[in-house]
Amino acid sequence: MTVEQILFLITGAVTLIAAVMVVTSPRLVHAGLWLIMTLAGMAVLFVLLENGFLAVVQVAIYIDAIAILIIITVMLTRAVMRETEPQINRLWVLAGLGASTLFAGLMAIALQLGATAPASLAAVLEPEEGLELLGRSLVDVDAFILPFEVASVLLVAALIGAIVVAMVPRGGASPQDGR
Amino acid sequence: MQTELLTWLIPLPPLLAFGLIVLFAHRNNRISHALAIGAMALSWGLGMAVFWTAVTTEHLAEHPIASSIPWLPTGSSALRIGVFVDPLAAVTLFFVVWTCLAIFVYSVGYHNFGAARDPQDRPGLPPRAGGIDPMYARFFAFISLFAFGMLTLVVSDNLLTLFVGWEIMGLCSYLLIGFWYGKESAKRAMIKAFITTRVGDVFMLLGLAYLYSSTGTLSYREILFNHETLERLAGMPSVLGAGLSAAGLIGLLLFIGTVGKSAQWPLHVWLPDAMEGPTPVSAMIHAATMVSAGVYLIARFFPLITAGWQEGAALTPTMGIIAFIGAFTALFAATIALAQNDIKRVLAYSTISQLGYMVAAVGIGAFVAAAFHLVTHAFFKALLFLGSGSVIHGVEHGAHATHKHLDPNDMMNMGGLRTRQPLTFWTFLIGGLALSGFPILTAGFWSKDEILADAFANGRLIVFVTLALAAFLTAFYTMRQISLTFLGEPRSEAASHAQESRWTMTAPLIVLAVFAVGAGWAGIPEDFPGLGGLLPNWIHDFVGGTLQEHPAAAAFNPIPLLVSVVVALGGLLLGWFVYRRVQAGAPDPLSVALGRVYTLLQRKYYFDQLYDRLFVRPAYWFAEQFTYRWIDRGLIDGTLHAIAGFALRVGSFLRNSIDLPIVNGSGDLVGEGIKAAGRDFRVVQSGRVQLYLIVGIFFAGLLITYMLFLQ
Amino acid sequence: MIPLSWYLILAAALFCVGLFGVLARRNAVAILMGIELMLNAVNLNLLAFWRYLHSEQVSGQVFVIIVFAVAAAEAAVGLALIISIYRRRQTVAAEEIDMLKW
Repeated sequence: MTVEQILFLITGAVTLIAAVMVVTSPRLVHAGLWLIMTLAGMAVLFVLLENGFLAVVQVAIYIDAIAILIIITVMLTRAVMRETEPQINRLWVLAGLGASTLFAGLMAIALQLGATAPASLAAVLEPEEGLELLGRSLVDVDAFILPFEVASVLLVAALIGAIVVAMVPRGGASPQDGR
Repeated sequence: MQTELLTWLIPLPPLLAFGLIVLFAHRNNRISHALAIGAMALSWGLGMAVFWTAVTTEHLAEHPIASSIPWLPTGSSALRIGVFVDPLAAVTLFFVVWTCLAIFVYSVGYHNFGAARDPQDRPGLPPRAGGIDPMYARFFAFISLFAFGMLTLVVSDNLLTLFVGWEIMGLCSYLLIGFWYGKESAKRAMIKAFITTRVGDVFMLLGLAYLYSSTGTLSYREILFNHETLERLAGMPSVLGAGLSAAGLIGLLLFIGTVGKSAQWPLHVWLPDAMEGPTPVSAMIHAATMVSAGVYLIARFFPLITAGWQEGAALTPTMGIIAFIGAFTALFAATIALAQNDIKRVLAYSTISQLGYMVAAVGIGAFVAAAFHLVTHAFFKALLFLGSGSVIHGVEHGAHATHKHLDPNDMMNMGGLRTRQPLTFWTFLIGGLALSGFPILTAGFWSKDEILADAFANGRLIVFVTLALAAFLTAFYTMRQISLTFLGEPRSEAASHAQESRWTMTAPLIVLAVFAVGAGWAGIPEDFPGLGGLLPNWIHDFVGGTLQEHPAAAAFNPIPLLVSVVVALGGLLLGWFVYRRVQAGAPDPLSVALGRVYTLLQRKYYFDQLYDRLFVRPAYWFAEQFTYRWIDRGLIDGTLHAIAGFALRVGSFLRNSIDLPIVNGSGDLVGEGIKAAGRDFRVVQSGRVQLYLIVGIFFAGLLITYMLFLQ
Repeated sequence: MIPLSWYLILAAALFCVGLFGVLARRNAVAILMGIELMLNAVNLNLLAFWRYLHSEQVSGQVFVIIVFAVAAAEAAVGLALIISIYRRRQTVAAEEIDMLKW
């Protein structure tokens, strides 16, 4: 058992436990916070995979943006959901069953695939080089410029769409006040 | 040639009058009666012209006034109709036109022409208080139609057109008996008359058909004046067997028609009830003309009835039946007349009785006597009826004046009218004496005496005695009638206030009275003591000429003459004696004398009740119960209902068992099935996304499993 | 070194936990959290494969970046939708948002 493996196990356990808490916390704010812990664990795992850049991106996007957004939304929609109500719906048995089955299947595949992995890892590029290569490839016409641009279009669309969808209806008061 | 044309024209004016009145003139009473009387006068003129020609023709019977035209094509030949005036037809024509004209004129006064229309009078009921009859014009239309029928019958030359005239008169009789249709009794009487005569007419039609099938013709000249035909028919056994020859059966069947039409026993019941009609109707139809048509028929067919019979020989079965019915009826009706209180009913039974005389005369072979009595009877019977109408009008007027309501026809309410209605009285007296056979002076004596003489001379003693007895009763009830009506003191206030009738009513009485006296003198037998030979026995010579062999005049015999005189005078005297002082409210002396027998007579031997039980009620039952309820409603309607019900059930079955479940059902099944399937399946669409996801994952898992592990 | 299968199993576990969260949570925001978990698991998976099999290429990383972008966009739009629904129906329970129901 190398240090990496132990590190991996600890991080993996923490992430997994946090993920379970995310989906089982009755209080949503708590769930959001557990989500943040999960995302942080993910960042650590990215680091373990020798991709520091993406770890930082993970923290920046997921934790700083998405998780915060989620928590804000929870707060905005709070008045309705009494937190004493059960947060798990009636289908949880089927859902659990399905999820377990899927896990079992995926595990089987994973074990199979894992056996075909190479014994030793190839070296990874230096961070600076790797990053520059990544950056260049994103704008290289022969490489990945198209997905890059499409993603940006997607983001613009999401931006505008979110604004439009969440806009307060003209002339109508927000129904959040005190109800 | 000219006379034939005139003969054709005789029946037509009244027909035209009928048509014009019905179509155009019925709103105007004056024009209506003018048309009717004018037409009748025209027929009278034509009739008299033809009569004159007839009597001045030598041996008319050998070349009678006749003409015919082909009418109904029957194969290669045609049925011919035409006119035929021989002596019998000529004398009949004479009295028909005279009596009809007199009665037409009488009707003007009888129906109160000139009086104002009483606003309370309703059509269908007689006028209450002397107003003009609301249906005045209709009356004249009907009697014009009737005159057409009678004249057609008299001048026709074949049995078919005779039957046509016969039936037209039957129709008019029906219409006129029920002229005042508002009266229930009139309605019943009109139906009774029609149905009863119908019975006779059915047999007559059978006789007509039998005759046509035996000889192929209905014309008089080819049957009655054709010796070979008559002999053949007399020799041929009838369909009923050898006892009755064909001629006899035909004669019998035709005679049954006469029994109906001339109201002989047993079909006599309709004539007394026919007095419900207005008096001119009673006079014309039921005294002078229509009932005489029955006698005319058997007189006309005398050659056929007597085919194979020789004078002095035993009567053929047909003749025997005819003689029996005639004599029986004469006596039968005379007995009933004794006990009647209604002035018109006495005369009705008297008519039946006198027709019995004529029928009996034909039955014993006394052709000339029968024809003679036919003529004289028409005159004095019409006279008597018109006189009774005048009396009734007078009493009604008196009742109206005293504001007391009573039956104006009842003789027990009359009396003492001799002084109040003198003209009516004297003419009625003449008529009554003629009816009774008052010797020498009246026509009835000569004709009745002739019948009695013939009966006696040919040894028909039963007939003789019966008829003599009937004559006695006739005289008795006639005098009873005259005494009750005119003599003594008035038995009611209405009678004492009675008034003489207008000239339109009394003038015809006078004319008829003249004939009632004078008509007899044309038939005085040659060897009558004293008077015989002064005037030729014109009737015997003229009418006797109708037959192929001129009948020999019977030798004079004092016995029938004596009997005749005795019964006549005796009856008259007895009647006068018994009835001259009947007080108001007192019972009829005869009822006192006869007791229960009187009741029997007054109830007409209960024949009406008998027929009611035997025929009328069963007929009604048959119509109501059997034909209507059982057959019509039960069988026919039942069949229809059953068919309809069956169709309904089949349709219902088809609908409910096949159409609805199968056809509709399969259609609905598709729709409803899809809907049900949709309803059942749509629960999948719960709208809950998470459930969709689960299902999606499940199936994705299946797919992956398949692809990865089972490929 | 860490065997590839460990990463894969971890990613699978995270994915299934996220799936369970998506399927079994009532609050729509909680569902969204589950979705984020799933996307993270995907990212982990991608990176694990990139590192162990094709570390000389950039396409794995590019994939992960695109996933990041998509996840962000999707989170933003999803939350905006939730807020909009909350405004109209005063509820964010996924069971109650069943307008697609028959």
